[in-house]
Amino acid sequence: MPRADLTIIGAGPAGMAAAAEAAGAGLNVLLLDEQPTPGGQVYRNVDEAAARRGKILGRDFTRGRALTGALNHPRITHVAQASVWSVEGTNVAYTAPDGAREVVSDHVLIATGALERAMPMPGWTLPGVMTAGAAQIMLKQSGIAVREAVLVGSGPLLYLVAVQLLRAGCPPRALVETQTRGDMRHALTHWRAALRGWRYLQRGAAMLNELRNAGVRRHVGARDLALLGSRRVEAVHFSCGGDLHELPAETVLLHHGVVPNVQATRALGLAHRWAPRQHAFVPVLDRWGLGAQPGIWGAGDGAGIGGARVAELSGRIAGLGIAHEMGALSEAERDRRAAPLLSARAVEMSIRPFLDRAFPPYAAALVPADAVTVCRCEEVSAGEIRRAAEQGCAGPNQAKAFTRAGMGRCQGRFCGLSVTGILAEMQGRDPGEIGYFRARPPLRPVTLGEVAALHDPDDPLVQAGPHG
Amino acid sequence: MDADFAIVGGGIVGLSVAWGLLRAGQSVVVVDGADDALRASRGNFGLIWVQGKGLNAPHYARWSRRSAALWGDFAQELEDNTGLDLALRQEGGLDLHFSDGSLADCATRYAALRAELGGDYPFEVLTGAALMREEPGIGPKVAGAVLHPEDGHANPLMLLRALSEDVRRLGGRLETGRMVSQLLPPGEGFALGCADGTVFHAGRVVLAAGLGAAALGPQLGFAAPVTPERGQVLITEKLPPLIRRPSLIARQVGEGAVQIGATNERAGLDDRSTRKGMAQLAAEAVAAYPALAQAQLVRSWGALRVMSPDGLPIYQESEAVPGAFLITCHSGITLAAAHARLMPNWILGRDGAPDLEVFGEARFAV
Amino acid sequence: MKPDLRFELLDKDAPRVTVRFAGQAYDVPEGANLAAALLAAGVDAFRQTAHRGVGRAPFCMMGACFDCLVEVDGVSRQACLMQVAPGLDIRPARQLREGPYAAR
Repeated sequence: MPRADLTIIGAGPAGMAAAAEAAGAGLNVLLLDEQPTPGGQVYRNVDEAAARRGKILGRDFTRGRALTGALNHPRITHVAQASVWSVEGTNVAYTAPDGAREVVSDHVLIATGALERAMPMPGWTLPGVMTAGAAQIMLKQSGIAVREAVLVGSGPLLYLVAVQLLRAGCPPRALVETQTRGDMRHALTHWRAALRGWRYLQRGAAMLNELRNAGVRRHVGARDLALLGSRRVEAVHFSCGGDLHELPAETVLLHHGVVPNVQATRALGLAHRWAPRQHAFVPVLDRWGLGAQPGIWGAGDGAGIGGARVAELSGRIAGLGIAHEMGALSEAERDRRAAPLLSARAVEMSIRPFLDRAFPPYAAALVPADAVTVCRCEEVSAGEIRRAAEQGCAGPNQAKAFTRAGMGRCQGRFCGLSVTGILAEMQGRDPGEIGYFRARPPLRPVTLGEVAALHDPDDPLVQAGPHG
Repeated sequence: MDADFAIVGGGIVGLSVAWGLLRAGQSVVVVDGADDALRASRGNFGLIWVQGKGLNAPHYARWSRRSAALWGDFAQELEDNTGLDLALRQEGGLDLHFSDGSLADCATRYAALRAELGGDYPFEVLTGAALMREEPGIGPKVAGAVLHPEDGHANPLMLLRALSEDVRRLGGRLETGRMVSQLLPPGEGFALGCADGTVFHAGRVVLAAGLGAAALGPQLGFAAPVTPERGQVLITEKLPPLIRRPSLIARQVGEGAVQIGATNERAGLDDRSTRKGMAQLAAEAVAAYPALAQAQLVRSWGALRVMSPDGLPIYQESEAVPGAFLITCHSGITLAAAHARLMPNWILGRDGAPDLEVFGEARFAV
Repeated sequence: MKPDLRFELLDKDAPRVTVRFAGQAYDVPEGANLAAALLAAGVDAFRQTAHRGVGRAPFCMMGACFDCLVEVDGVSRQACLMQVAPGLDIRPARQLREGPYAAR
């Protein structure tokens, strides 16, 4: 079986930075990523898109070229279009365009990033409804801009996507924002955090200015959201300031924050804790990113939401930590190199409490009404989860068994937190006590033929045999 | 007193017995463990399977057949009561063989069992064109199959849900998230102490705690020699019809997904799925049904069978503590109908009770 | 609004190739992301759901949601993880249909 010193899953900012740092210290690094080009979601297709559409996407995007450029290193092997479907300890299986592969390494870094937080509401499964991140990915990767979009939700990404669409010549029709002016006032009481993040605030104000000057309408404090339409979305319904609104819409872009993608860390059996401010579970890791299992590390948004710069910093920090574990860096050298990174990360993280309070998730989507679909794959409603809970199912895994929620192709990525949230509300308990779906392989799609190809007839499974 | 009976374990076995006792007029409290407890009921393959059972123990073959024969009626009643669809299909099942030798050997053993059962044991050997006619998705590597007409499959999760709903509808109490740690037989009935401090009192107790019986059993005078055996299972995306009858290798459920299983591994209490196990299962499934090679794998899991030393169920009333019963088996789905319909009479000592002495713990006392 | 007016293609001079989706031909930019290209070409629903039979279209564009499932060469795949290549013959993700024998 091929081997590497370090296998990194995910070529976003965390994975790329860790690869550069570890390779720089002398490690042989295998960097596996699902996309045709490195960058992750935040720097998706950055090498090409920065050149073609740098003005639209902005400098926070084009700076990603520094990270992709650093991958051009003799000790880094970047495998594109590689889907990792199983991680057993530090032994990783993936499918690439040339077939099923396995690799064994001393260390594995999980850098699988974030997912947009599911925003279940009436009509959110209709064609024409996408995440705001999806629209941004279309812009970055394919140079395709959504016209006349209605953006719904809250958070800095909502403004960023709106501005990018505007600059692409496709001003959004409106922003329907679920945070309230009270949320912002409350957040501003965390003025220390706000002050540290003044750059973000300044940039945010500039974006809002740009949208206002372009005449993009904002509805702040929207509630009672529903997306209407029969075969595809036709309108956004909401109430705002005591008035009912119904905006016609051909494309609706949803966003109310991102959450760590914990499929791999869950499947490995790492402990996770509930992070109340992030409204999500995060894997338990030490400051270097090391988990409670030998050789298993995490970095980037998958280890806790911090954004692209924090991801890059935590990738570098993990890279140094791994290099030290491999004996490539002395402890003193590791600490010397890591010191400025650790303090930069602390500064970057200090803005988070402000952002989390200024742009909280849309509450009605955290615990959706009975009629709303929560499991998109198996088409299970919130009401079905509640009925199963009334039948006495203690936790998410029993709810899954009873309703099929979380059994589908996405493996609970989009309904997991909804199911936990509904059970927590019904039982009046903390989501951390309720727990989460158990994750199992395959983490990504793989055909039975590809799995079968790993079978060695000369080394079959030891079995007890059938039973009389 | 909380109830006439306390059932320790809210899996298929415990709920089947609870359901039967409720229908027999008893009051019942079922005490069930945590969401992440080891649960064979959530991980099994869903076969109602007579084939292969009791090849060396005709009484077990008879007992399995009796349950299989009751299944249709049992499922109908649960479906009528709950409105749930148990997806029962009992149109025969196949044991596929990849060599003529193993097929012939198997047929010989079934012929011997048939003789021992006085000729009453239906099976049929299918090869060549006859097999292709019955099962067009089967590939050329399959040498032949044994068809047992009484075999079938059902949705085990819907069975679990239907039982749990109907137990409550019948007035049973279902206490979930409670790990029983102590079974105290005081003068009047039993006291069940849970890890969270809750105590339940009942006149009699049924220990249906799966692997948990190994630790709890001795408190009631049972040997409860049960050990775990891992079964890994794979499930594909929803596919067009490919498999008509279930086999020990794969079955296709009503929605189209193909379930592939299961391994038989001694892995202690480790219920993870492993790549080696998955590769073995996938290779076997693709060899049997070549079209599966292109199917996407959607889920995998491992679950732990509850094995007795000889693989047969254990049914025992405690000699040390009368009123305490141990019920455990690795075929909770197949035997669910018997546990629900026949077991209560045995527990209650009523007329018409099946003779279950052969399944007692005395057989292990060598 | 016409389907093709929902999206603006910024690279207007990209070379275009023909692919088929559900039997219909579409001219799309070569090398583009398949899901994005089909959306911009006016494909409304990529698949029908198994239970309710309602249409779904790309939602996350990052491989997580599986709503862009299609079938290519007999294998179901996520269109958002594929690139446009000339001659691609794409079907909506397979549903229960007649197989080697009639449905039960």
